Amino acid sequence: MAPIVSIRNLTKSYASGFQALKGVDLDIEEGEILALLGPNGAGKTTMISIICGIVTPSGGTVTVAGSDILTDYRKTRAIIGLVPQELTLDAFETVWNTVAFSRGLHGCSPNPALIERILRDLSLYDKKDTMLRHLSGGMRRRVLIAKALSYEPKVLFLDEPTAGVDVSLRKDMWQLVERLRASGVTIILTTHYIEEAEEIADRIGVINHGQILLVEDKKALMAKLGRKQMTVELAEPLTAVPDALSSYGVTLAEGGGRLVYEFDAAGERTGISSLLSALSQAGLRVRDISTEQSSLEDIFVELVGEGR
Amino acid sequence: MNIEAIKSIYAFEMARTRRTLLQSIVSPVITTSLYFIVFGAAIGSRMQEVQGVSYGAFIAPGLIMLTLLNQCIGNGSFGIYFPKFTGTIYEILSSPISMIEIVIGYVGAAATKGLIVGTIILVTASLFVDISIKHPFMMVLFFVLTAVSFSLFGFMIGIWAKDFEQLNLFPMLIIPPLVFLGGSFYSIDMLPPFWQAVSHFNPVLYLVSGFRWSFYEIADVSPVVSLATVLGFLAVCLTITAWIFKTGYKLKN
Repeated sequence: MAPIVSIRNLTKSYASGFQALKGVDLDIEEGEILALLGPNGAGKTTMISIICGIVTPSGGTVTVAGSDILTDYRKTRAIIGLVPQELTLDAFETVWNTVAFSRGLHGCSPNPALIERILRDLSLYDKKDTMLRHLSGGMRRRVLIAKALSYEPKVLFLDEPTAGVDVSLRKDMWQLVERLRASGVTIILTTHYIEEAEEIADRIGVINHGQILLVEDKKALMAKLGRKQMTVELAEPLTAVPDALSSYGVTLAEGGGRLVYEFDAAGERTGISSLLSALSQAGLRVRDISTEQSSLEDIFVELVGEGR
Repeated sequence: MNIEAIKSIYAFEMARTRRTLLQSIVSPVITTSLYFIVFGAAIGSRMQEVQGVSYGAFIAPGLIMLTLLNQCIGNGSFGIYFPKFTGTIYEILSSPISMIEIVIGYVGAAATKGLIVGTIILVTASLFVDISIKHPFMMVLFFVLTAVSFSLFGFMIGIWAKDFEQLNLFPMLIIPPLVFLGGSFYSIDMLPPFWQAVSHFNPVLYLVSGFRWSFYEIADVSPVVSLATVLGFLAVCLTITAWIFKTGYKLKN
């Protein structure tokens, strides 16, 4: 199946000379949730803004559902929804009017039943006649989402949807994203919260300095780059790693009370059993053993760190 | 053509007028009534007729133009400046609408508001002085063309302005002298020859003169020249607007 969004050699240089995007290639499959991770200023928002029509690209092409975003902008913008990062709303409009306005802008005839459903889904219906300036930050975020959903887009860009949002609303947001995906919407979200990407994304893209560093299936990515760590708690602390264990590359932690061993979980031989027997041969008494897998965050920090 | 989008922008802008009724409608009516009381009734009663028309009646077209220009520039500029200022412009830029549709929505609403206020001023004026309209068709034509071209001019200012200071530059500092020195309150015949010549460089003179001609058939310059000036101004504004959208000037990076 052809990708729903196809980005080829996309570049953007601002008048100041700053190169925000340096030849980005990316295919986004229909119906997937793609999380774009990257530090501030990596080019995430610039890329989204170009696809949505807010920023003019310097070079390269983007097609959405087979249509070019510049020559066929009516077709592409009609099916793209955007929830911007900033809480930009008209202070004096009501919730209902601003959502209906978005629907109209996208060329759709009024549909009060749909807007009511969207507002109810987002727990905004009882605020429908409230002026936007009287809403809390979390509510405004939901209004921005309601606006983007008002014309039933096929592709939805969520630019840091949970920045500054409390935990319960964040969970609500994740559920909403799930529901949207179930209805066939392709979702691209940018985030600083690695756990968010870990929780909801199918694929993860890492972008830094205007370049895509990698795009990979989340599970494959974590399996490939995921390091596992085994921590052995010793009955008596050591002052140095015994010679018998030096070939395993273990390190001492917690003032010598713990031995830390890193291994590749996906590798054929993890070396755990031989390490354990080496421990008992060395006469070390073990009180406890625990293993943990490195999170996406560690992977991310490692990748972005390399790019510096 | 994305008719729904035009309707949405237009309705959004008109809703803003309803929310600010005092400022949009009541304030200009009061201001103009004061002009009529002071210049029309108090001072005007002691003045001789100007080109066969009572002074109060003579200044009515000029006052309507003054209000129309201010309203159209104010509304046209604010309508597009405010979304730029708050950031909600992102929605307009990411919508499936063309430049022409955006302009029709914003400029159409600004011109409508200008025409509503202008009409109210005309009705108010007729309560104070005798007003006759000898060429109703030409009067409406001048009225509408001026409203549209100055709303478009306001729209351009709204895009150009980078802060409220610049936004208010034209309505506060440039339009009033042009209107006051453009023969709104006098016929330029009353001026010394040098200032008469200078006045001919003032575009507002042609607007006021043509508009007044459609009322009383008296004019400082030929009504044909007046009409050509308005049309020329409209063409210049349309050209600049087209350029703005083509280049994304101050709208898009």
